[in-house]
Amino acid sequence: MADATSHASTSQGASATPDGVVMRFLKATELDTRMLGMLGALLIVWLGFHLLSGGLFLTPRNLWNLSVQSASVATMATGMVLVIVTRNIDLSVGSLLGFVGMIMAVTQALILPDFLDFGHPAIWIIALAVGILVGALIGALHGYVIAFLGVPAFIVTLGGLLVWRGAAWWVTSGRTIAPMDTTFRLMGGGPGGSIGATWSWIIGILACAALVLMLIQGRRQRRKFKFPLRPLWAEGFLGTVGCALILGAVAVANAYPLPSAIARRYAEANNIPIPEGGLFIAHGIAIPVLIAVGVGIVMTFLATRTRFGRYVFAIGGNPEAAELAGINTRWVVMKIFILMGVLASIAAAISTARLNAATNAQGTLDELLVIAAAVIGGTSLGGGVGTVAGAMIGAVLMQSLATGMILLGVDTPLQNIVVGAVLVVAVWLDTIYRKRTQ
Amino acid sequence: MADNTPLVEMKNISIAFGGIHAVEDVSVDLHGGEVVALVGHNGAGKSTLIKILSGAYKRDAGTILVNGEEAQITNPRDAKKYGIETIYQTLALADNVDAAANLFLGRELRTSWGTLDDVAMESETRKVMGRLNPRFQRFKEPVSRLSGGQRQSVAIARAIYFDARILIMDEPTAALGPQETAQVSDLVRQLKQEGIGIFLISHDIHDVFDLADRVVVMKNGQVVGTARPGDVTEDDVLGMIILGKCPPGAVPGPGALQVAA
Repeated sequence: MADATSHASTSQGASATPDGVVMRFLKATELDTRMLGMLGALLIVWLGFHLLSGGLFLTPRNLWNLSVQSASVATMATGMVLVIVTRNIDLSVGSLLGFVGMIMAVTQALILPDFLDFGHPAIWIIALAVGILVGALIGALHGYVIAFLGVPAFIVTLGGLLVWRGAAWWVTSGRTIAPMDTTFRLMGGGPGGSIGATWSWIIGILACAALVLMLIQGRRQRRKFKFPLRPLWAEGFLGTVGCALILGAVAVANAYPLPSAIARRYAEANNIPIPEGGLFIAHGIAIPVLIAVGVGIVMTFLATRTRFGRYVFAIGGNPEAAELAGINTRWVVMKIFILMGVLASIAAAISTARLNAATNAQGTLDELLVIAAAVIGGTSLGGGVGTVAGAMIGAVLMQSLATGMILLGVDTPLQNIVVGAVLVVAVWLDTIYRKRTQ
Repeated sequence: MADNTPLVEMKNISIAFGGIHAVEDVSVDLHGGEVVALVGHNGAGKSTLIKILSGAYKRDAGTILVNGEEAQITNPRDAKKYGIETIYQTLALADNVDAAANLFLGRELRTSWGTLDDVAMESETRKVMGRLNPRFQRFKEPVSRLSGGQRQSVAIARAIYFDARILIMDEPTAALGPQETAQVSDLVRQLKQEGIGIFLISHDIHDVFDLADRVVVMKNGQVVGTARPGDVTEDDVLGMIILGKCPPGAVPGPGALQVAA
């Protein structure tokens, strides 16, 4: 690389110099160029919509809503990554979401009130626990049939798509269940479903501290085993940019005030005097977003730092090799589907809480959004390749397209056409990128 | 070979796939510090036999003894417990992960928190690869980007790192150039010195004739005969492989051509 730069300054002209600098920068920071490309694409989409909509897109209000709307699909996409990495697919997550959402709604609105007082603090916990248990059991059933009975995942989950959608209908004979428990509703991020300015800053600062600690710890580990270290400026750059992004996101969430009516009610309830020109009470980070980010962190940890994750990727790379290495591949696959069921239940809690109701159509077509998010996020359908973070960015990208087109007033049929085309083009670009880097 | 109890004894092993007897009533044994070459045409049943020993296939009949005691081998994990390590013909590497992840696949080093200790694994990989292939430097790349020889050394490193007592090498030099082949031969001699028993599988007698203490020839799933390289010529062994004809210097097996009929 040093060779190329020295040449550039003498003979080849200016064009090669920035190239050399960029390459050196990427090498020093060890950033994933693919992930950077995705963030770049997201930025372009955002800026494009912002300009086209006359400045409506990049507002705290829109970004806050975007984050809340992405939460449910992003949560499921983290699990879909592992499913696709092992060369499987799960077409049932949308129906699973609908069924589990219905179960949670029936539990808290129809069954528990017979035993507990209205608004009892245990209601939301029991409802959520029942939902997660049901999701895990359904996932285990799918996983068992796929891994131990050898039925292809495509068929099992295609069956699941019909079965659980039908089951969601059957539970209440198609009746919509509402309203949800007030505490349960916080998971949806509605009024009161965010943590306020102070806590948002605290969480942002804690996240920054964790990031810096991780960088320091990584450096210490490398030094212990005498591995090449990143240059200090690169570490500093990563830390600074990371913290700036985290605190920037918090600042955006805190710049979106509660609607004036709700703010007034809140002020009256807490005896806060209302100043002239209206009261500014920030939303802060929404609870569903916190849940999704938490899920993302846990799933990234599982995928990269545990044996389970290592086996998932090894199975995706070469199932036979994984088997010969003594890995119980069937049990690993079954665990992945259990995990997927749990994640679909969490997503069900988010969307049921957000809607404040459970309908039998909830989550329809979500399986396609989730798969698209994972694939746009760099998960290869050939197996063995994918990241949780990429899938979550993919989910935000999909939601950005949907939101942006609504802001622009694009007709619904045209919205679907655009999203479908974007999916194909994104994967095509990725194919080209992979061919080049190999 | 002073020790009389064989390290491994496979007795009357049979396996059939859909009515085809891939391996039929085969008995072989292996002593510590011995190299037994298993030769025969493609499809003679060598790899199948060895996959039974390494736990990849379940045998239909027969027994496996390790150190004179009957061993229960029903999956690859069982085989590894008995110190049986295998270098497969296909190498059996997970192409999308790096050398360290492959070396420790199924036996990862973990930190006190129970998480993967990638740094320690990479450090160990650097040590063992330094011995096998000192020029190897591509520790961070997925093994799909490595050359044939480099991939082979990762597979070999995996087999010898965990103190194997019985090593199975299925066509270990099939993908290698002359220089790397010589390296593998040196390695086989070195491991033999350390008292490891080695099954060397090849379809080409020239590869293994100099290395082997005994040559077992298979044809159509049966053992044609067993010979010591000192007692027979390469041409004799070729006759065993191609015709199933057992020369005077060899001990005939159940698959030997019956001359006088």
